[in-house]
Amino acid sequence: MSPADYGWLVLGFPLLGTLVLAFGWRWLPGRSAGWIGSASILASFISALGALQQLQERPEEERHIESSLFDYADTVGVSVELGILVDPLSVLMMLVVSGVSFLIHLYSVAYMAGDRGYARFFAYLNYFVFSMLLLVLAGNFVLLTVGWAFVGAASYLLISFWYRRETATQAGIKAFVMNVIGDVGLVVGAFLLFDGTEALDYAGVFEGAHLMKDGQLTAACICLLVGAFAKSAQIPLHTWLPDAMEGPTPVSALIHAATMVTAGVYLIARTHPLFELAPTAADVAAIIGTLTLVVAASIALVVTDLKRVIAYSTMSQIGYMVLGVSAFAYGAGLFHLMTHAFFKALLFMGAGSVIAAMGGIQSLDRMGGFRRAMPFTFVTFTIGALALAGFPLLSGFFSKDEIIALTLNRGGFYAVLGVIAYVAALITAFYAFRMVFRVFFGEPVEEARELEQGHLAHHDPANPMTGEHEDPDVGFPGPEHHIAEREWPMKAAMAPLALLSIVGGVVGIPGVTDTLEHFLEPAFEGSDHLGAHPSESDEQLGLAIGAVISLTGIAIAWALYLVRPTTTLRLRDYQLRAVHDFLAHKWYFDELYDIGIVRPAAACGRFGRTVIESVLVQDVIVGGSTAVVRAGSSLARGLQTGYLRSYAALLVTGLAGLALYFLITSS
Amino acid sequence: MDVVWFVVLSTLIFAIGAAGVMTRRSPLVILLCTELMLNACSLALLAFARMHGSGDGQIFALIVMVVAACEVVIGLGLIVAIYRKRMAIDVDKLSELRG
Amino acid sequence: MLFEQIMFFVAAIGALAGALGVVLLRNPFYSVLSLIAHLVSLAILFLLLRSEFLAAAQIVVYAGAIMVLYLFVTAYVGGAAPSSWRGGEAGAVGQLGVIMAGALFVVISLAVLGSSLDALDTRGAELEPGFGSPGEIGQLLLKKFLIPFEAASFLLLVAAVCAVVLARRRRGLEEGGV
Repeated sequence: MSPADYGWLVLGFPLLGTLVLAFGWRWLPGRSAGWIGSASILASFISALGALQQLQERPEEERHIESSLFDYADTVGVSVELGILVDPLSVLMMLVVSGVSFLIHLYSVAYMAGDRGYARFFAYLNYFVFSMLLLVLAGNFVLLTVGWAFVGAASYLLISFWYRRETATQAGIKAFVMNVIGDVGLVVGAFLLFDGTEALDYAGVFEGAHLMKDGQLTAACICLLVGAFAKSAQIPLHTWLPDAMEGPTPVSALIHAATMVTAGVYLIARTHPLFELAPTAADVAAIIGTLTLVVAASIALVVTDLKRVIAYSTMSQIGYMVLGVSAFAYGAGLFHLMTHAFFKALLFMGAGSVIAAMGGIQSLDRMGGFRRAMPFTFVTFTIGALALAGFPLLSGFFSKDEIIALTLNRGGFYAVLGVIAYVAALITAFYAFRMVFRVFFGEPVEEARELEQGHLAHHDPANPMTGEHEDPDVGFPGPEHHIAEREWPMKAAMAPLALLSIVGGVVGIPGVTDTLEHFLEPAFEGSDHLGAHPSESDEQLGLAIGAVISLTGIAIAWALYLVRPTTTLRLRDYQLRAVHDFLAHKWYFDELYDIGIVRPAAACGRFGRTVIESVLVQDVIVGGSTAVVRAGSSLARGLQTGYLRSYAALLVTGLAGLALYFLITSS
Repeated sequence: MDVVWFVVLSTLIFAIGAAGVMTRRSPLVILLCTELMLNACSLALLAFARMHGSGDGQIFALIVMVVAACEVVIGLGLIVAIYRKRMAIDVDKLSELRG
Repeated sequence: MLFEQIMFFVAAIGALAGALGVVLLRNPFYSVLSLIAHLVSLAILFLLLRSEFLAAAQIVVYAGAIMVLYLFVTAYVGGAAPSSWRGGEAGAVGQLGVIMAGALFVVISLAVLGSSLDALDTRGAELEPGFGSPGEIGQLLLKKFLIPFEAASFLLLVAAVCAVVLARRRRGLEEGGV
């Protein structure tokens, strides 16, 4: 079986899973829907491994296989097929997506049990995995857009999974609208590329890009960037991500940490020939990536909802990845993508466990001292936080430093971006351990004490953001809460991720192993920047600086939270009050959008309804045309007098007239 | 006589019948005028049959007679039914089918 | 030949008088009688056209059966019919009707007289013996015009059924017996 055959299998299993779950949900008892969903993703992962193995057996030049099922269109100038592309980049993405998805499915088998929409959840999850795999396997821009749109739809379905919760549905709409803006950017970019190169498949576009005018190519790349930023939650299209935490925790883990939000990074990596030909667009991407990196990290310092801290952390880490691939450090960026998937999914899983122990409450202010009550969650969460902070020798350490080292190596203003990235790394380490110390250390709160006695706390079901009362029927979260310590599927999912967070860095230790970079080389051949490496000494200096920064951040968090616990509260209320308010309002982006975009749009809508719709359309056009028809028909009605004699007279008149006509025309 | 005399005569009778249909108010008399028109048609048919020398026109005229009979039966039935319902036998008063 | 012409004019005048009588006479009973006279004149005209069978059918069926039907109904209903053709809600139409009928006559006459049917000006084609006889009619009915013949019979059946349906009394719908 060739790698491409495996590729089709990778796509086929989740699709099959979706269909089975979507149509057969009524007949699936208990947790069987969860097992079916997980099994399909496991099969997909195994097929991805098969593709990897087959790909590595081929010589390096031939690791670029295209395969298509049928032609969508093959007409004048347009040739589009249902085609996939299997090369090292897509195999890496396939493995990460299917592997992490499988573990999250496993986690959800236990976590979502008791929810009335259990089978629906797994159907949506499988659909999402299918869409994401379609996106990374696509071999042309059309199929890419299809996968892109499907992923957006899956995200919407999953964010508003608890659809009776108003905050959830509003968040889903917000996410969808912003994703659509990105979709438009992607499609316009594809149009511009097609206009310039007459091709829609990757190979054709990349070849023809050399002949495109600079201005058009840069514009196309910027449009693609709009799409990437919307999907990856970079500034300015980032406000949907924190709100997306309304969805169930496994959804946050899968979509908004490990996979969907990395689609933008994948896009830039895939279309790298275009960005190398249009360096302006790459610079823009790098700047935005760095900006998001810093802004998101700063907001994560002050938010109090546990899931939202992790969400801002995701936004920030994706900024790293965007910076990496726009600085043409593809291997580094994708390395960080992989390690981030591991530890971010782990962090979300741990957070889910903690929130379950809290009976549904998500606020950091109410949590504390869970160390003794939830040992497994504590250990895995801390491992994740260490990896996030870049603790020496863990996976996150190597991947993050690789990016920063290569960024500094490029020189010019990229050196400035590199320094900013170091500053953000300090903040990252700090807020990562802010979470750890506040949740697991300190005085145990009531729920923790109850749990130490073996009794899981239970609160009235309520909306964690607004406190509104809910009921556990369909459309709202179920009545049960599941923590990792009691459910083996959750433990079985978190343990491998913890392991990978620790040892995952081994594939990319600079100077020692370059497995990942070597593996990815065939996908990026032709790039001028492939061999750009900083010198050995520079690399080691970078590692050292990174280690120092992460330890410093952890130490500061230790000092502020454990040694003198009230310090942060004083800072928040007195010395740094203005700063805190500014950060707590998320840099006022939401308010800016509300005033600048949402209100004018709503006003336009109102104008449309009251003036155009009511007056023009209803009264003038519709009313007017009916009035004209009525007038005409009342004229015609005058003929229907009901008198037999007038009818007879008309008949005879008509007859005479007809005869006269024929008489005249025939003579 | 030349055939054309018969045809012109039939046209005249037809026109008189048409005038009667348009003018009279009693449905009974209107039916009678309709009979006039039908007979005029028969006359014309026979004239043309004579002209061609074939019997086809005669058959046609016979069938016209059959049709006239059926029509009379139903028309008179209607008039009787209307009379039985105590409605006026006046075509100008029977005018409910109007727009 | 002369005899034919005289008979033609006599019959024609009789037919026209009968027709005018139908249209102009006030009493519907007189209209019916005048139509009977018209029918007899028409039978004479049919004979002049060598259609013997049809002339006989005209007298027996038309004047004999159909007109008797009319007479019965007129006796039943006729007194209630309005006599005047003036007035009525559609008054103006009446005057217009005469003019329209006149126009119709003129137009059709023009058509007939100005047509290119040359044979109109002759007495007609050579006749075979048996033209217009019952035997000839029978042959045509059963051979060439079988389907119209059967259709006409069916039509008569339908008309008979209709008449029965129209004429029966319905319980409860009647306002009062007659």
